[in-house]
Amino acid sequence: MKVRAQIGMVLNLDKCIGCHTCSITCKNVWTSREGVEYAWFNNVETKPGVGFPKEWENQDKWNGGWVRNKRGQLELKIGAKRRVLANIFANPDLPEIDDYYEPFDFDYQHLHTVGDTKHQPVARPRSLISGQRMEKIEWGPNWEEILGTEFAKRKKDKNFDEVVQKDIYGQFEKTFMMYLPRLCEHCLNPACVAACPSGAIYKREEDGIVLIDQDKCRGWRMCVSGCPYKKIYYNWKTGKSEKCTFCYPRIEAGQPTTCSETCVGRIRYLGVLLYDADRIEEAANTPNEQDLYQAQLDIFLDPHDPEVQAAARKEGIAENWIQAAQRSPVYMMAMQWKVALPLHPEYRTLPMVWYVPPLSPIQSAVEAGHVGMNGEIPDLKSLRIPLRYLANMLTAGDEFPIVRALERMIAMRAYKRSQNVDGVEDLEVLKQVGLTQHQVEEMYRYMALANYEDRFVIPTSHRAYAENAYDLKGSCGFTFGNGCSDGNNGVNLFGAKKQSVRQVIPVTVKE
Amino acid sequence: MNYLNTFFFGIYPYIALAVMFIGTWIRYDREQFTWKTSSSQLLEKKQLRRGSIAFHIGILAIFAGHFVGLLTPNAVWHVLGISAGTKQLIAIVAGGLAGILCFYGMTILILRRLNNPRIRANSSTMDIVILLLLYAQLILGLLSIFVSLDHLDGSTMLLLMAWAQNTLTFDTATAVAAMTDVHWIFKLHITLGLTIFLVFPFTRLVHMFSVPVQYLRRQHQVVRQKAAR
Repeated sequence: MKVRAQIGMVLNLDKCIGCHTCSITCKNVWTSREGVEYAWFNNVETKPGVGFPKEWENQDKWNGGWVRNKRGQLELKIGAKRRVLANIFANPDLPEIDDYYEPFDFDYQHLHTVGDTKHQPVARPRSLISGQRMEKIEWGPNWEEILGTEFAKRKKDKNFDEVVQKDIYGQFEKTFMMYLPRLCEHCLNPACVAACPSGAIYKREEDGIVLIDQDKCRGWRMCVSGCPYKKIYYNWKTGKSEKCTFCYPRIEAGQPTTCSETCVGRIRYLGVLLYDADRIEEAANTPNEQDLYQAQLDIFLDPHDPEVQAAARKEGIAENWIQAAQRSPVYMMAMQWKVALPLHPEYRTLPMVWYVPPLSPIQSAVEAGHVGMNGEIPDLKSLRIPLRYLANMLTAGDEFPIVRALERMIAMRAYKRSQNVDGVEDLEVLKQVGLTQHQVEEMYRYMALANYEDRFVIPTSHRAYAENAYDLKGSCGFTFGNGCSDGNNGVNLFGAKKQSVRQVIPVTVKE
Repeated sequence: MNYLNTFFFGIYPYIALAVMFIGTWIRYDREQFTWKTSSSQLLEKKQLRRGSIAFHIGILAIFAGHFVGLLTPNAVWHVLGISAGTKQLIAIVAGGLAGILCFYGMTILILRRLNNPRIRANSSTMDIVILLLLYAQLILGLLSIFVSLDHLDGSTMLLLMAWAQNTLTFDTATAVAAMTDVHWIFKLHITLGLTIFLVFPFTRLVHMFSVPVQYLRRQHQVVRQKAAR
């Protein structure tokens, strides 16, 4: 047993209102620069829809993630190492910028300078790549917002596979939607790391954050293809790949990531998970895709177990990390209540950002009387979002864990309503879903009240012990290469471009 | 004309190689962030796939051919039993085919770089300059085949080999003497080639030093520890 710790995240989709605050704050902090205008380290998708970039979940098209090869070994879906190198001159599995969208801006200045005209002046869009006028914006980061675009296009959503009669969900009366905020999964078995020919991407041992070494990245672009979540973005200006950093400077200081901190719905949770690093490959290589969820649960370790604690101490995991693991909301939701589930476990990356599936209204409210009841709980088949759809997204198609999670959430509501409205404690409903009274009160505290201190249990890192602090004296925190230099000087001998400024390509507006 | 020969074939090679090695070293040491392939595949994929693969395979074959052909000592060819004439014929055929492949790819890449508005707006001056330099060099090389066809005995090739090998052994007098009477197209080809060496550290060409061969041997996963506890 080799104990390692990771800061994991859970997103409670039942409470996501799709306000995009996470995306905006993330963008303002990390990607408001040239070359990554199109990159959203965090984005919120309306489902069902093809998402961003288009059809990212369709691995028949993009070949992301891992597969088991004929010999039963894990192999990248883009190919074995030799095939990765053979494709180095032109990567066949790389999305083009139009699969994301062409970044654009509007000529706002024109409104100021236009002078007197007969018609209302307009600020027309132009491309941020070529600087040229864009006659029409064809796609954007959130084009399908609240079921935008026609169903025929959104139907390509891979999660619809094996959903019976998917065409009926195009009808107004039958339609459904949910939000899916997405960020880098900081996987235990990251495909991007394995695909990087330069070895520039790495997982940090102390907190599991996956980062790209900007100095070592050579721009071979294999990571973009390797990542099945398409959460690595190639910066077309610097020629280097970039990705979500899990706001590591904040995490190190014990603060939540920007997206979590600013989430108005309080849907995000951060906490420590202890896992057995020796069994990562075994878990990722589980033969049956539907067993991958359980396999990942199996390598998470119980922080209350004295043996695990002793093993963790032996690995040098600090005491405050072990304590944080015991109070971790992520551990509770994933392991104890089993309400949080991994996003697309079938990619075999063992993702570490998990999701609580959303409840949805009962299909036909007028016929509410006809809703089938399963004991105290309504029949989940009458929920608007098809179970199979959620299962394709979160459990490789296995509906049982989805049903368990949804029933437990309904049971929590039923129990609290009986307690507060009827003044009795409905223990029958708890028995039906296998929860204790204490557990459901905890669930209520964490998932309904969701106080700041309960949502974010982040131990500070121990840099002072891990690094020679004297060497860090006077050095720079976050740079674009070349130590404290910004990679740009007057001479510009090696062609570096300053990253902190936007060099706008001027447009001449023809009258 | 003699002083020009002395400069371009006796002195310029050392200037070019020195700038190349020292410049590359400094860039690697100081400016890792700029060390990259500068791929524009994200902005345009179809033409790149057609052009880039042909260009890279062609130019790598040409590079390997020049390296082996110019720097392998004559004695080795004697042992192998390959006469100068045969060797020249092999070079013309193999080099010609690789050259045509490279020409095909590079033509696509140049048209793409100059005509695609996204790529054009995102190209540095050096990106365009180095592409045109390589293109000119390739065309000179292909044209020199026609000159070579006039003398299939391999005599000119032996002179060029003598120049390259004596330059590397610092026997500049012999090196310059070898070059004095060769056709001007070879002189131009060599001078332009040395110029490419000269500008090498200031271009995207540096990525050829980062061919990721170690990828084949490394573990799939990379985990970084903080400094030893």
